[in-house]
Amino acid sequence: MLETKGRPNRLGLWGWLGGGRWGMERYLYTLHRVTGLGLLAYFLLHIVVTSSRAFSQGAWEEAMARVSGEIFEVGEYLVFLAFAFHAVNGIRLLLIELGIGVGQPIEPVYPYRTSVDVQRPLAIGALAVAAVIAILGTLSMWGE
Amino acid sequence: MMKDQKLWTWHLAAGVVIAVFLGLHMLTMHLDALIPIRALNVASEQRAIDWANVVARGRSVFFAVTYVVLLGAALFHGLYGLRNILLELNPAAGLKKLVGAVLLLAGLGLFVFGTWAAVASHTLAKTF
Repeated sequence: MLETKGRPNRLGLWGWLGGGRWGMERYLYTLHRVTGLGLLAYFLLHIVVTSSRAFSQGAWEEAMARVSGEIFEVGEYLVFLAFAFHAVNGIRLLLIELGIGVGQPIEPVYPYRTSVDVQRPLAIGALAVAAVIAILGTLSMWGE
Repeated sequence: MMKDQKLWTWHLAAGVVIAVFLGLHMLTMHLDALIPIRALNVASEQRAIDWANVVARGRSVFFAVTYVVLLGAALFHGLYGLRNILLELNPAAGLKKLVGAVLLLAGLGLFVFGTWAAVASHTLAKTF
């Protein structure tokens, strides 16, 4: 019986972050992970901080005062940018998972074409939509 | 233990739920200056985080229910994603199980806490 022990990720952390000489989709993958981890870290703290609304007005206002100031405003802005990218890129990944936008299978005839070439417009479109959302958020948060 | 294929499908489904409800959340909390929606921030002259708006949203059953749905979906999506990232480092079998158990317990604990906060704040808001 054929046995496999898988392919160990010998690159470790570098395997997560570094794409080598790959296309932009590989770096979108890295950015998706980095923004995902950032959003998760923020979300876990967000659950704790916003739960203060369950106690009283004073507890809520005290919690909000504790997370106010320029550093938190910049942090919140970065979270918004991470959300804009992660959400739109996530929708792109979902479409690809469902086989949408990856093109039809073709015979491997020279000059070879890969599915990534077909997917590129979707990636560029996703980045454009994320940029529009980011600009709207920027105007809303810093436009006063 | 649920097979990873099923968990991955739930991960994607949770992502769709998050895209909808977190989109609404961002519209309420962060785009309110640009796209003000009176139904979301009733005390429209004030900021989204001001107590008057917190109470107004807290009274709404819609907000309480969607908050809990978003909480569950986001916790599952985030913690399952973290588990996948960690497991890519090929830890030993025992450590794999430990990572899964710790993340499951953390997720359940935060879900119970967050749900309690949603219900308690809804109850509190109704007294105003």
